[in-house]
Amino acid sequence: MNTLDAKVATEIDIKTEGQFARDNYLSEHTVGSWLLTTDHKRIGILYLFTILVFFTIASVAAAMMRIELLHPAGGLMTSETYNKLFTIHGTLMVWFFLIPSIPTVLGNFVLPLMIGARDVAFPKLNLMSWYIFVFGGLLATWSLIRGGVDTGWTFYTPYSTTYANSHVISMAAGIFVAGFSTIITGMNFIVTTHKMRATGLTWFRLPLFVWSLYATSLIMVLATPVLATTLALISVERLWGVGIFDPKLGGDPILFQHMFWFYSHPAVYIMILPGMGVVSEVIACFSRKRIFGYAWIACSSMAIAILGFLVWGHHMFVSGQSVYAGMIFSVLSFLVAVPSGVKVFNWTATLHKGSIHFTTPMLYALGFIGLFVIGGLTGLFLAALSVDVHVHDTYFVIAHFHYIMVGGMVTAFMGGLHYWWPKITGRLYPELWGKLAALATFLGFNLTFFPLFILGYLGQPRRYHVYPPEFQIFHVLSTAGASILGVGYVMPLIYFIWSAKRGRVAGPNPWHATGLEWQTASPPPKHNFIETPIVTDKPYGYSAEKDVDLDLASI
Amino acid sequence: MSILTSPVSENELVADQFDDLEQQRSAAQLGMWVFLATEVLFFGGLFLAYTVYRSRYPYDFAAASHHTDVVIGGINTAILLFSSTLMALAVRAAELRDRKRLVWLLVGTAFFGIIFMVLKGVEYHKDWTDHLVPVFNFEWPEPNPEHPQIFFWLYFAMTGLHAIHVTVGILVMLVIAFLARLRKFTTGNYTPVEIAGLYWHFVDIVWIFLFPLLYLAGHR
Repeated sequence: MNTLDAKVATEIDIKTEGQFARDNYLSEHTVGSWLLTTDHKRIGILYLFTILVFFTIASVAAAMMRIELLHPAGGLMTSETYNKLFTIHGTLMVWFFLIPSIPTVLGNFVLPLMIGARDVAFPKLNLMSWYIFVFGGLLATWSLIRGGVDTGWTFYTPYSTTYANSHVISMAAGIFVAGFSTIITGMNFIVTTHKMRATGLTWFRLPLFVWSLYATSLIMVLATPVLATTLALISVERLWGVGIFDPKLGGDPILFQHMFWFYSHPAVYIMILPGMGVVSEVIACFSRKRIFGYAWIACSSMAIAILGFLVWGHHMFVSGQSVYAGMIFSVLSFLVAVPSGVKVFNWTATLHKGSIHFTTPMLYALGFIGLFVIGGLTGLFLAALSVDVHVHDTYFVIAHFHYIMVGGMVTAFMGGLHYWWPKITGRLYPELWGKLAALATFLGFNLTFFPLFILGYLGQPRRYHVYPPEFQIFHVLSTAGASILGVGYVMPLIYFIWSAKRGRVAGPNPWHATGLEWQTASPPPKHNFIETPIVTDKPYGYSAEKDVDLDLASI
Repeated sequence: MSILTSPVSENELVADQFDDLEQQRSAAQLGMWVFLATEVLFFGGLFLAYTVYRSRYPYDFAAASHHTDVVIGGINTAILLFSSTLMALAVRAAELRDRKRLVWLLVGTAFFGIIFMVLKGVEYHKDWTDHLVPVFNFEWPEPNPEHPQIFFWLYFAMTGLHAIHVTVGILVMLVIAFLARLRKFTTGNYTPVEIAGLYWHFVDIVWIFLFPLLYLAGHR
């Protein structure tokens, strides 16, 4: 790889002014060049801006809920408004931010670069997926403008089909449409990983981020269509009342729960696997060590994807499911802890005796490990039948999945965004501000969600805005934490925008990382590589002995 | 390979992101297979609902199934199978670069698809006059009419979703036939014919499952 390194480096010197590649994928500035682009890198950026909009709306909804919860009597809004707020928060965060987040932004940008390809296998479909996503997002927004939905993100029947007086169908249609963009992305990634790898890049030489995206794509392709069917059935039931989920007409509302969770449990792993992939990249790079247990981490992603399809019944322990079904789902859910544990132990072993650099992406990655461990272990509490009866539908569940989705996925997304930012823009963000933001999100997050574990264990059910006064202290702590968390998210927004124009020029490989994406210029040229790379070795060829000076203090 | 002797150079046929025609072809094929896996699960939700309610109301489902038109359903099965045969021959014709044959076989495939849809329409009309359309026009002489109503709702949902797929397939066949006439597929790259064929066979296979489940459940 060294000779290739040198070759690419000289090419870059010729083509660049200093270290900043002038002739890059961002060179064209017209609106048309963005709206008609088939470049995976630009599509990743289109997705970044789009999901940012939905993240903002959903965050504002969360902030309003947290303010409302400051007082036990909840005087700011009606129960109906509160129901709509947590539905906006849930639906937008899940389908319009978390599921697309790492795959469509970082995955789109980095996957072809990582495997030495010029683009994804189907670039036009890739662009189409963005348009479909935007259309789905507009339908969802339309539903909000007309007055919103109050069913919660789970759309449980018979409330959603019969009783809810809100705009269920347009929201369901928005999610239905956005689902097709997810399917297209998944299909594109699967085919790209199979067919577009550079010469010599065998499956067990792939970066772990690629493995995690591959596992995620399998879930996207196989689970999302079931959600589409389910949402279509809900809409038809709501329109015409044919009785498919209505016991009065011979239907069964529990069938809805089975179909919904058959999608939504695997979808939970769409919302964590890509984050695990990012963390594997970052940990290896900033420990300056070959990742420990490469094959185990790669296979554990696949194991999580497969097991994820077999555990949906653990959402239904108190839905009248048979005890035996409950026991089997409980055991299978425990099994998911095995591949998850494999990952955590391997990351930890990678850190052991590594030469650790506490850069911003590394802080996020380390935060991820801690928060994911808490989220994962409390998942075991919930997978245990008897404990779940006690904490089902309480704040304990809320705290658990926020530790996975926000503490895990959003933290990893921020870490990955910082890690690849120099590649995306060609410039470095201010390191000190980055570290402060990472710290603020970590502290703010824990203060927001740790009290909710206690609240849930004490018995406060989710989705209520009026609660006994003795619980107030926990809600006040949580709202205080949410404010800090908010600051932690706004800071990167500001310095990212600043650094995209004025940040220090990064050069092709500011982290001295080993992946193929770092062997091309920053920002990369339109077709990624001037010369298609050839791979001759395993990934993560770091060595702690040959430590490098990352020279970040001066940034 | 005969590709090298073809009048169109390979470069014009290969999209930017691919190295050669073979990579492009195998990527397109895998893409179609992945899409079909998605489709299986798309129908899967309805098959699940059918299984649940049939096991819960076996007699009502058998009685309701008795009211479907097994003759039209049977003829339609034969028609779809025959059109799939034409499709398979069309792929072979593309492989052999026999343009005339290819165009006719594709048009034939589409034609039998249209016949299928016409017969399906006749059947739906008959269902309407027989008062078998849930919610809008449903009458059932025996007790518990809501159970056969679920059967008929699933019947319309499943055959309706299938009919949408047949319609898309017909349009695809006509477009491909038109392009084939313009010599698009007989000069080196016939991948579109192949993957359209995969899709058409999938539509056929779904019907192979729908026919016994919906039409034969009440017949011994």
